[in-house]
Amino acid sequence: MKARVEITLKQGVLDPQGKAIANALEQMGFAGVAGVRQGKVIEIELAETDARRAEESVRSMCERLLANRVIEDYTVELGI
Amino acid sequence: MQAVVIVFPGSNCDRDVAVALERAAGKPPLMIWHRETDLPLADLIVLPGGFSYGDYLRAGAMAAQSPVMREVRARAGAGVPVLGICNGFQILTECGLLPGALLRNSGLAFVCRDVWLRVETADSVHTRAYRPGEVVRFPIAHHDGNFRADPDTVRALEDGDRIAFRYCNPAGEVGGGANPNGSVDDIAGILNERRNVLGLMPHPERLADPRLGGADGARMFAGLVQALA
Amino acid sequence: MSPSAAAARTMPEIAREFGLSDAEYALSLSILGREPNITELGLFSVMWSEHCSYKSSKKWLRTLPTKAPWVVCGPGENAGIVDIGGGQVAVFKMESHNHPSYIEPYQGAATGVGGILRDVFTMGARPVANLNALRFGSPDHAKTRHLVRGVVAGVGGYGNCVGVPTVGGECTFHSSNNGNNLVNAMTVGIADADRVFYSRAAGPGNPVVYVGSKTGRDGIHGATMASASFGGEVEAKRPTVQVGDPFTEKLLIEACLELMATDAIVAIQDMGAAGLTSSSFEMAGKGGLGLELDLDAVPQRETGMSAYEIMLSESQERMLMVLRQGAEDAARRIFEKWELDFAVVGRLTETGRLVLRHGGEIAADMPIAPLAEASPEYDRPWRAPAAAPMLAADAVAEMLPPPDALRKLLSCPDLASKRWVWEQYDHMVMADTVRRPGGDAAVVRIHGTDRGLAVTTDCTPRYCQADPRTGAMQAVAEVWRNLTAVGARPLAITDCLNFGSPERPEVMGQFVAGIQGIADACAALDMPVVSGNVSFYNETEGAAIQPTPQIGGVGLVDDLDRTAGMAIADGDALVLIGTTAGHLGASLYLREIVGREEGAPPPVDLAAERMHGDFVRRLIAGGRVDACHDISDGGLYVAVAEMAIAGGTGAALHLESEALPLFAVLFGEDQGRYVLGVPAATAADLVAEAATAGVPARVIGRAGGGDLTVNGDWPISVQELAAVNEAWLPAYMSGQRPEEDR
Repeated sequence: MKARVEITLKQGVLDPQGKAIANALEQMGFAGVAGVRQGKVIEIELAETDARRAEESVRSMCERLLANRVIEDYTVELGI
Repeated sequence: MQAVVIVFPGSNCDRDVAVALERAAGKPPLMIWHRETDLPLADLIVLPGGFSYGDYLRAGAMAAQSPVMREVRARAGAGVPVLGICNGFQILTECGLLPGALLRNSGLAFVCRDVWLRVETADSVHTRAYRPGEVVRFPIAHHDGNFRADPDTVRALEDGDRIAFRYCNPAGEVGGGANPNGSVDDIAGILNERRNVLGLMPHPERLADPRLGGADGARMFAGLVQALA
Repeated sequence: MSPSAAAARTMPEIAREFGLSDAEYALSLSILGREPNITELGLFSVMWSEHCSYKSSKKWLRTLPTKAPWVVCGPGENAGIVDIGGGQVAVFKMESHNHPSYIEPYQGAATGVGGILRDVFTMGARPVANLNALRFGSPDHAKTRHLVRGVVAGVGGYGNCVGVPTVGGECTFHSSNNGNNLVNAMTVGIADADRVFYSRAAGPGNPVVYVGSKTGRDGIHGATMASASFGGEVEAKRPTVQVGDPFTEKLLIEACLELMATDAIVAIQDMGAAGLTSSSFEMAGKGGLGLELDLDAVPQRETGMSAYEIMLSESQERMLMVLRQGAEDAARRIFEKWELDFAVVGRLTETGRLVLRHGGEIAADMPIAPLAEASPEYDRPWRAPAAAPMLAADAVAEMLPPPDALRKLLSCPDLASKRWVWEQYDHMVMADTVRRPGGDAAVVRIHGTDRGLAVTTDCTPRYCQADPRTGAMQAVAEVWRNLTAVGARPLAITDCLNFGSPERPEVMGQFVAGIQGIADACAALDMPVVSGNVSFYNETEGAAIQPTPQIGGVGLVDDLDRTAGMAIADGDALVLIGTTAGHLGASLYLREIVGREEGAPPPVDLAAERMHGDFVRRLIAGGRVDACHDISDGGLYVAVAEMAIAGGTGAALHLESEALPLFAVLFGEDQGRYVLGVPAATAADLVAEAATAGVPARVIGRAGGGDLTVNGDWPISVQELAAVNEAWLPAYMSGQRPEEDR
C-alpha cells in the first residue's frame, strides 16, 4: 500500500520561501495571488495491506520524524 | 573536565569544537559516534555544528532520532550540561530538549559572517564567564537559523531569563539590521528551564583562538571548564 | 541517446552521433579486429572524447614546466602534489564544470565542487580549502542573474555541507560569457607524505571494489557533452545533468580517509567524467593489467540498466579501488559504518583486457593498452593571434575627474565587492582560516602547526583576449604576486584552460600562445604546473569566450605571525614598489570609463616581477610590513582605496612629481607592483634598501584621517568608498526578474 504525506507549515508560521514565490508570481504578472505556502510531499511504500493499521503507522511516522509538530501540520492519504 | 562530542553522519564542526575544548580543558573530549547507546560518564555533552544527514527532511530532524539521543536526553534530565552549536541547536529543538524551531533564514540564503551578540544572561554554566549586557563577536554559518516559537513560549523564555544571546550591532543595540536570519526577538541562543542545556546558532569555537581573529568564544569553554572541573 | 533508440541505424552512423570521427571509428575497428558492439562503441567514444583524452591539447601540455625539487607528483594523476615540510604534502587541482553549470547552474556547480574534492581526497589528502573562478555573461543579459544565483548557491550548498571552507575565488562578468559561463573549482588538501595514494593498479587477482553511491542513469555522456559546443538546443541536454549529494560525499571522505589509515588500498580512483569507464581504464592501464568487471554486482539505483548505461553513468560520489586480497572484510566494515555502498565488482587480471560481464553474457571485451596508446592526438592547425597594438596614455581621453572614475570603478561589476558571494560560502569551517576571502590570497593554517598555506585563483581574460601569451603570463604572475602579498613562498600552480573550439585555428592559436605564456612565467618564477584541466568548446553559435587560462596557486607561509593583509593602519607610510608607466591598454579604466576594449595588455617583465616580489616577501617575513596589496585591476588608485576600506582609515596620496598624466598614474595597470603600508619611521630606510636591491620603491603617501585624497584634493570618505564598493552586487541580485528563474 502507498501512503502520501503532505507537510505544510502551520498557519501563522512565517514561510519565507512561500513569500518569495508569491512575490515572484506577482512580478511575472500572475494577478490575484492571495498567498503561497510551500510544503513537501513524501511518498511511502508500505508492506501493510490493512488501511487502518497503515494510516496509524504513517501518522506515527509523521509525529515522530516526518513533521516537526512545533511548526508543521500534515495530512495522510492512503492507497494512491 | 571530561567532555564528550557526539558525532553524527554529516557533522563537520566536531573537530573544531574538540580543538577549542582541548585548549580550554587541557585534555581532548571523547568523540562518540551517534550509533552508541551507552555514553561514557561526562561533565559536558556537546552536539557540534554541521549538516547531520545533509539537513535532509529538516535540519537536525533525523539526528534527533539517533540511538545516542535517548541517553543524551536522560543525562540532560539528570542535570548534565549540554551545549548545542548551530546544527546541534537544531537537533536540540528537534528532540524537544529546547523549545521552538529553526526555520530557513529570512533572506533564504546561507549566511557565513561574524555577528555581534549581546549576552542576555550570565546565569548558566555556559555563559558564566561573560557579563550580562556584554557584546561579543562569534561567527555564524547557517541556512536555517531563523528561530521561531509561539508568543507564549517566547514570553516564557523572556520571563525565565532563558534567552542567552541576542543578535545586536557592535554597540550592543538589538533590532534593525543586526539580525542576520529573522529570528523572533533577535534570539541567537536559549537555555532550557533547568538552565543546563544551551543551544545557539553562532559558533563560539570559531573565534576561540586569537590566530583566527578573535577569542570571545574561548571564554565560553573556559567558563565551562572552571565550573565543571 | 539509448542503445535501443540507436538500433535502427548503422554502427558508423551511431559512432558519429557518439562524437567519434570516421577516422576514430576506423581505428576502433582495427583495435578490436571486428565491429564494436554498442557498449564498446560507447567506451571508445568517451575515452577518446576531448574531455578524457586531451587529444587537441596534449601536444602542447607536454611543454609546460612540471618539475621542481618540492614537486612530489606532477600532472597525470588525480591531482598534483607538493612537499610542504613537516612530513606533509599539499594536494591540489582545479577543474572546469562550465557546460553543466550553464544548463543547470545549481547542480552543475555543486557537482563541480564534488568532483574536484574527490580528485583530492582520492589521493589520501583531507581537503582543507576550496576556491573557484566564476565568469558570467553581461549583467544585462537575460540569463545572468539566474546563473549567478544558481551557481553561487550550488558551490555553497555542496562545500558548506561537506565542511570544507571555500576561501577564495573570482567572479567577473563579460558579454563573451553570455552563452558560456565558466565555473572552475579548485580544492587543496593536505596529506601525510607517506600516506599518498595513486591510481596505478597492481597485483593480478586483487579485488576491485566499488564504494559510495549507487549508479543511476544520470549524466550519461557528460564527458562528450563537455566536448561539444552549444548549438541552439541546450534545453534538450538537460537529462544528462547529474545531481550532487554532498552528504554522501562527506561520508565518503571520512570512510576513505579511515580506510587509508590502514594498508588495505593498492590503488584508488574516483569516478568522474565517463564514470566507471575511465576509472577502470585508467587504473588498469597505468598498471599494465587487465580488469574483469561483473556489472551485475555494481550497486544500482534504477532497474533494467544496460551495460552501456552502467559503464557511462556519471552518478556522483562513487570511487573505484583495488584492495589487497583479504582486506575486503575490514574495508567493508568501515564503509558500512559510514552507511555507504560497498561491493566487490571485479578482479585484476594479467590479460591486459577489459572484460565486462552482464546478465550472464560478455558485454564488452577490449584491449586496454592499445586504446590508450592509440588515443588520438591532434596537431590541430593554429594561427598565431595578431598582437593588439600598444595604446599610448595620451591616446586615451580622460573622461571623468579621477575621483568620479574611482567611484565608478569600485562599483563596476568586476571590481565591486563579492561579499554577497562569499558570505554564502562557509569560509571558516575547520577553524583554520587565518586570512578570509576578500584579500589578495586566503591563508589556511596547516592544522596543528603555526604554518599555513596561501591559496588564490587568478586570470584577467581581457588581457588574454588582447594578447593570449602576455595574458597567460600575467595570470601566472598575478597568482605569484598574490601569494607573495600575504607573505607566502609560491610553490606551484594548477591550471584550468578555458577556450573556444580547438577546431578553429584562431582559437587553437590562442591556446598555443596561452601555453607558451604559462610556460615562460612558470619557468621564470620557479612555480611549476602540477595539475590541470582543459575545457574547450566554450562557444555558442560560433562566438567564443575570451581565452581564460585560469591559474590556481598554492604557497607556503612558514610563520603565521609573519603574514600581511590589505588593511592599512593610521600613520602608516604608503610605499609603492615597482615601475609605473601609466599603461592603459586593455585596462579596466579603458573598458569601464572610456568604453573601449582595445590595446595591448600591460607587458609582463618576469625578471622584474621576481625581483620585486622576492623583496616584498623578505620584508613581510622580517615583520616590517603592516599591510601589503598587489596592484592589479583598476591600478594604483583602486588598490589604495581597497586598502583604506580594509583598514577603515583614509589615506593621502602625493603624486605631485609625476611626469605622466595623473589619471594614467592612478589607473594604469602596470605589472609587478605592490603598495605597502609600513611604520612611517622605517619608510626612508626601506626605500634606500630597495634601491640597493635594484627594486624601484618610493613613498607615495600616508594612511590616516577619514578620507582618501590625492595631492590634497578630491576627498572621498572611507565610508563612501566602502558603500560604493559593497552596493552593486546585492542591488543587482535583488533586482529579481523571476521569468529568468526557471
